[in-house]
Amino acid sequence: MSSDEHVHHPNYVRIWAVLLVLLVVSVLGPLTGIRWLVLITAFGVAMVKAYLVAKNFMHVTIERRFIPYLLVVCLVLVLVLFVGVAPDVMKHRGLNWENYSARQAVEAGMQSAPAKRE
Amino acid sequence: MNKPIATTRSAAGLPTARLVTWWVVASEIFIFGGLLASYVMHRIAHPEWAASASHTNMWIGAFNTFVLLTSSLFAVLGHKAAESGDGPKAARFLRFTALGGFVFLTVKAFEWTHEIREGFVIASSGFWSFYYTAAGLHAAHVLAGALILLVVAAGAARNEELLRVECIGIYWHFVDIIWIFLFPLLYIAH
Repeated sequence: MSSDEHVHHPNYVRIWAVLLVLLVVSVLGPLTGIRWLVLITAFGVAMVKAYLVAKNFMHVTIERRFIPYLLVVCLVLVLVLFVGVAPDVMKHRGLNWENYSARQAVEAGMQSAPAKRE
Repeated sequence: MNKPIATTRSAAGLPTARLVTWWVVASEIFIFGGLLASYVMHRIAHPEWAASASHTNMWIGAFNTFVLLTSSLFAVLGHKAAESGDGPKAARFLRFTALGGFVFLTVKAFEWTHEIREGFVIASSGFWSFYYTAAGLHAAHVLAGALILLVVAAGAARNEELLRVECIGIYWHFVDIIWIFLFPLLYIAH
């Protein structure tokens, strides 16, 4: 999409309606109480909604090709950050180390959690 | 009258203003991406956060999602009007978009007031720390975007600098996408 080109505008109201339907799906998911279904309706639907907004409202797919590449590289680097840091954060014990404060926080939280819910 | 260089000069095949907007979006991916990635890994490592997360109100989050999605519709309709050269129409759409932003912030203010009165403050637990940091950073972006929308709308109403309508639209849609991910993370995944 150069500065002189104009965007082909799709039916934005229809896309908005689809986004609202997906919002309803993501809200209905937790009401089923099925864990895997909640994950799909929450995060799967969120990805679809984000794609629809990026494609149709931000016009990423018809932008100069280096723009979507730029955004994808940023997302991949965030993923690299996650993979690099996650083992230290998500595990509280390793071969030669232990995260005492994290373990204590989990134990204390799990003990007080039922009381909070009541 | 001298025009700002960013709206008249092109670089790398697209107007400098739009190029800069994409760079802003790219840098924001790191800001919010790092924050959300940190939240996800901590949330998985701390099952006790589920008790705290159960106190957030999904319906309020869903309503604010509806508000932001609708404001994004107005933003893109404003872009369409600007491309057809109808600045005043674009300005009206941008003002509706900004209104959506202010509705979002008002709902957020009521929500936070209720939660703070219930005793859930930023230091209550790791979950609430992430909750207020992520939602607060996002709200700051909504506030900044809404104010910029009003400034751009003022120019668009005079048929001036219509390229800015598209640029602020790109930023606004990105803020919308961030909320699309914050909503399930903070309000649904208990």
